[in-house]
Amino acid sequence: MDMDPDDVFRDDEDDPENDLLQDRQSSKELVVFLVDASPKMFNITCPGEDQENTSHFHVAVSCIAQSLKVQIINRPYDEIAICFFNTREKKNLQDLNGVYVFNVAEREYLDSLTARFIKEFDRVEESFSKVIGSQYGIVPGSRDNSLYNAIWVAQALLRKGSAKTADKRILLLTNEDDPFGSIKGVTKLDMTRTTLQRAKDAQDLGIAIELLPLSRPNEEFNVSLFYADLIGLDGDELAQFMPLAGERFEDMNKQLRKRMFKKRRVRRISFMIPGGLSIELNTYALIRPSVPGKVTWLDSVTNLPLKAERSLICADTGAIVKEANKRFQTYKNKDITFTTDELSEIKRVSTGNLRLLGFKPLSCLKDYHNLKPSLFVCPSDEEVMGSTCIFIALYRSMIRLKRFAVAFYGSSSRPQLVALVAQEEIIDGGGQIEPPGMHIIYLPYSDDIRPIEELHADTSGVPLATDDQIQKAAALVKRVDLKDFSVCQFSNPALQSHYALVQAMALDEDEMPEITDETLPDEEGMARPGIAKALEEFKICVYGENYEEEDEKANNVGKKRKQITEEAVNKAAYYDWGKLADDGKLKDLTVQELKTYLTANKLTVAGKKEVLINRILTHMGK
Amino acid sequence: MARNKEGLVLLIDVSPSMHSVLPEIQKVCSLLIQKKLVYSKYDEVGVVVFGTKDTKNDLTAEVGGYEHVTVLQPIKVVDGDLVDVVQQLPRGTVPGDFMDAIVVGMDLLIKKFQETIKGKKRICLITNAMYPIKDPYEGTKEDQVLTLAEQMAVHGMKIDCIIYRGNQKRDPHENNVIEKNDMLLSIFSKKTKAKAVHVESSTSLLGALRTRNVTPVTTYRGDLEISSTFKIKVWVYKKTSEERFPTLKKYSDNAPSTDKFATHEIKLDYEYKIVQDPSKVVPPEQRIKGYRYGPQVIPISSAELDAVKFRPEKSVKLLGFTNASNIMRHYYMKDVNIFIADPGNKKAILAVSALVRAMKEMNKVAILRCVWRQGQSNVVIGVLTPNVSDNNNIADSFYFNVLPFAEDVREFQFPSFSSLPVSLQPSPEQQEAADKLVMMLDLAPAGKEEFLRPEFTPNPVLERFYHHLELKSKHPDTAVPPLDESLKRITEPDPEVISKTKLVIDDFRRHFELKENPKLKKSTRRLLKDKSSGSYENQSTDLIASTSEVKVETLGDLTTVSDFEAMISRRDSPEWVSKAIFAMKNKIFDLVENSFEGDNYPKALECLIALRKACVVEQEPKQFNNFLSHVCRFCKETNLSSFCEFLASKDVTFITKTEAEDSEIEEKDARSLFVKAEPSS
Repeated sequence: MDMDPDDVFRDDEDDPENDLLQDRQSSKELVVFLVDASPKMFNITCPGEDQENTSHFHVAVSCIAQSLKVQIINRPYDEIAICFFNTREKKNLQDLNGVYVFNVAEREYLDSLTARFIKEFDRVEESFSKVIGSQYGIVPGSRDNSLYNAIWVAQALLRKGSAKTADKRILLLTNEDDPFGSIKGVTKLDMTRTTLQRAKDAQDLGIAIELLPLSRPNEEFNVSLFYADLIGLDGDELAQFMPLAGERFEDMNKQLRKRMFKKRRVRRISFMIPGGLSIELNTYALIRPSVPGKVTWLDSVTNLPLKAERSLICADTGAIVKEANKRFQTYKNKDITFTTDELSEIKRVSTGNLRLLGFKPLSCLKDYHNLKPSLFVCPSDEEVMGSTCIFIALYRSMIRLKRFAVAFYGSSSRPQLVALVAQEEIIDGGGQIEPPGMHIIYLPYSDDIRPIEELHADTSGVPLATDDQIQKAAALVKRVDLKDFSVCQFSNPALQSHYALVQAMALDEDEMPEITDETLPDEEGMARPGIAKALEEFKICVYGENYEEEDEKANNVGKKRKQITEEAVNKAAYYDWGKLADDGKLKDLTVQELKTYLTANKLTVAGKKEVLINRILTHMGK
Repeated sequence: MARNKEGLVLLIDVSPSMHSVLPEIQKVCSLLIQKKLVYSKYDEVGVVVFGTKDTKNDLTAEVGGYEHVTVLQPIKVVDGDLVDVVQQLPRGTVPGDFMDAIVVGMDLLIKKFQETIKGKKRICLITNAMYPIKDPYEGTKEDQVLTLAEQMAVHGMKIDCIIYRGNQKRDPHENNVIEKNDMLLSIFSKKTKAKAVHVESSTSLLGALRTRNVTPVTTYRGDLEISSTFKIKVWVYKKTSEERFPTLKKYSDNAPSTDKFATHEIKLDYEYKIVQDPSKVVPPEQRIKGYRYGPQVIPISSAELDAVKFRPEKSVKLLGFTNASNIMRHYYMKDVNIFIADPGNKKAILAVSALVRAMKEMNKVAILRCVWRQGQSNVVIGVLTPNVSDNNNIADSFYFNVLPFAEDVREFQFPSFSSLPVSLQPSPEQQEAADKLVMMLDLAPAGKEEFLRPEFTPNPVLERFYHHLELKSKHPDTAVPPLDESLKRITEPDPEVISKTKLVIDDFRRHFELKENPKLKKSTRRLLKDKSSGSYENQSTDLIASTSEVKVETLGDLTTVSDFEAMISRRDSPEWVSKAIFAMKNKIFDLVENSFEGDNYPKALECLIALRKACVVEQEPKQFNNFLSHVCRFCKETNLSSFCEFLASKDVTFITKTEAEDSEIEEKDARSLFVKAEPSS
């Protein structure tokens, strides 16, 4: 564990796991979009979503706009610039022809995203021809090379920030696979050479150049004509490039709004194995519930941010108390006080760290042995060499023998018994699905487990399903099978609609972006004949034919409620409510009597008498 | 308030064979009563012991018999005296008859409550059921138990039996008695709500008695929608829920001591001020929530939030079934729910039972989408796993665990173990040693009680808190008590298990080697954290490199003392003295903290003596003296006080004024540190 010698004595009440939710600016991406704005991009050629033809330029711009909206939520610290090239007007620091850097006021060319930037960019097409204009930048007879200029501008923008802390990328969107096709002879060779050199210079500076090509329906973008050299493709990469590029476009459009977290360990702990070996582990939070970001309170009049100041007031004297370092518990009619030091001492039942106690077969870990999200651990040799080797040995044994480790995790907030479950690495489609390591699962204590099963135990025995019923159920289970179900295939509809609202408010959008609730069951699928048949068979098998009757029985509750309402209406009719209210005599009635009015008028009956009276008055409009 | 009050009679076997665990029983019973004092102070409790020489109960006076059963405390509302009563249980001298005790307990409950608090009457029997019970006047023992059980059912009584079985050897005759008794006790569950648990260790005895009674409430009652046409009525409860450390109120001692009615509470008052202009206070209702969007904060009123809030309908819907292996254990997100069929609906029980058994057999789980309440603003996706009941009286049920959404998973990449260099991978011999350790350091030995089963493992922190609370109620200045031996088996390896597997552990240890990374040592890193990184320049990577050639900058594991001496005598910078002292202190701490049953103590002592010597030479007495008291205090706080004793036995003392002028310790106080510790213990 990380500790200063002085820290050993300090009380570490604040759990570092808490600040996980506050992401930090540890590493960011700097991205320059280079968008070809040549007239060729405006030729209406590709079929759009609604079967109407749209231009490549529109496809490129709306794709970027979409990804910006995602990016501002996922990675708000990233910095973005958007450059058009092959433009009539020019706007760039180098004052190069044919390159126009799109920007809004109060923002640097390469800067983090703002709502205004996104909003203006959404409308860039409306005024494009007027303000920026499209024009071929590479024409015979001119020495201008707009592609070269564009890369130069992008590279200059990306000079910002050190290569160590930031990923730098240029994303090039074009439908011109042969930018120097109109040029002939030496000039063409020369231009190709200088442009490639420029790109290579940029790459040498740690800038990655990526190409997002747009193909025409009948004419595929030919990467090998020029761009293969520019982005450095050969062999297999070349063959796979086009299909992959297509997928990337899809990805950009369909990205999920999801805040990204930089890989960061929660803490370093030492794992003590009986016999005196103590190895070093890093812990990571791989699964934590996402929340819609921190709320900043604002003054609703000025929209200025507020800070909360807390003051402690003695309830007896009304004096302001500076610090409260004592707590108390009322016990046997006495106030028993504890100092904060004593409390942290009580919680310190183990000398920190993770102590191995032994191993058990996996079958001992029940489904209800869970309290909160797990914590991932993997070994580190950073301080203690040999840790990884010991960890891997134990990990492999545990997987092979199907056993888990029981350990005591002496964290300062809640020291707890934990299970360490080894997880094999799973790789699928070239990506790591499950990293290799162990998961810490927090185990409940005896008083955390409730014996609910026994709550409704029936000494006369409970009905048991017959074999036939079990078989029918099995048939149903087999039918309604989610074959490729993977945990977390659903996005959280509540969170997505929250992000959508924030975006709509920030960009003054009139319509809320549509959020589909992916968590709803597949009604159509369930209605398929095979499934419907299995369902019906199982239903008849357990419920019998006259299930509907039972259903009605259940409706009795509803009937009863109706009856109560009717009674209330009758009773309420005894009183002249308007008069009582006018004379201020409502308070003379009993709560029961007041409730008849509320029930009769289908209002809630909860609350104290005053509240009830107020509710009645409000309802009567008085 | 007292609506849910419980009437409980504790029946405690104090016959000679129980004496060894009576301390644990006293602890767990006093914890039970203490928690009642805090959380349900209207509950009423009586205490009966059996196996005593004397006899004291109403029945013996009324009808005779029932010898050796003593009512220690008739049923009364919980109070401090009750805690004292269960903390001083008498040690009995004769074998106890638990059946007599049960009758006495029932009699107490019936006389006290008659027909009231139905279903809230409970008998808790703690015994080892080692001795045969007396034959009844008429009929068999079985008949007697059946009659008792029926009576209990009539009066709405529950009985919990905790049967302690130490792991001592028994002769066949005793085994016969025990089997017979177990059979008799199991009869109770046929007629009334009864539960019997067997425990083998004192630790699980502490966990076996439920010390906190929480009235369960349903999270959801309604349909489990298999499809739009097929629904099953279910009730959902929490199966696990963390019992939290009590929330203590902040204490103010501002009130004059004469004020008898002082609440001593502290109220919190919040004021909202504009960050740029703290003189302006904004009333709470004038605030508006803001959410970050890029660098900006977007104000959104609660009305706007409400208007577009995601509001799903209350429902629990099935999405489908899938293989259990698709859901890995570490994806479980929260505490666990349990789905039971509506207990009054026979057909629902059948439907759940059929599904549970089919799923269990096919190794399938169900994926559900749940909205527990109307107006809830989110949905929950989770996995339903079958729980087949092995008791005729208890229906089958499902456990439900919440699963993460796509947003909740962070896709961090980690290196594959197989792609790591060979030097980091275990050799076949090492792997074998690890296999043996994983197999032999066994907490679930066949034919014996599983160690540290969560169901029987008490929370050591809460045990300690309530213990301290009780001590403080008598003497407000009592220090925090050390952790109980039975509780230490939860936080530390069980010495018994360790000693049994010593060979395997030693073998494992021999096969692996750990050393501190020479490039980045703990002490150095701590020491030079704020200094420029240049200090690593001429550092040797060879641990055992000769100290005379290489300028020592850090303390090695094997050559700590000589490294330290070399380092402190470096004269190229005046900083080395303090650096060396600092590093040495860290080293000593590491040694003490990581020692296993004192195996590092001699080494730590060696270092400590070297440090002491150096501090005298360098005239830095305070560095040493303060450190020594730090170490001792730390050790006492962390159950390492054996180290202090070790130091005292080796006569390590403070540096005195005679040795170094700056010291504030007089000659006579040199040993004060250890002397002080004695009387208090």
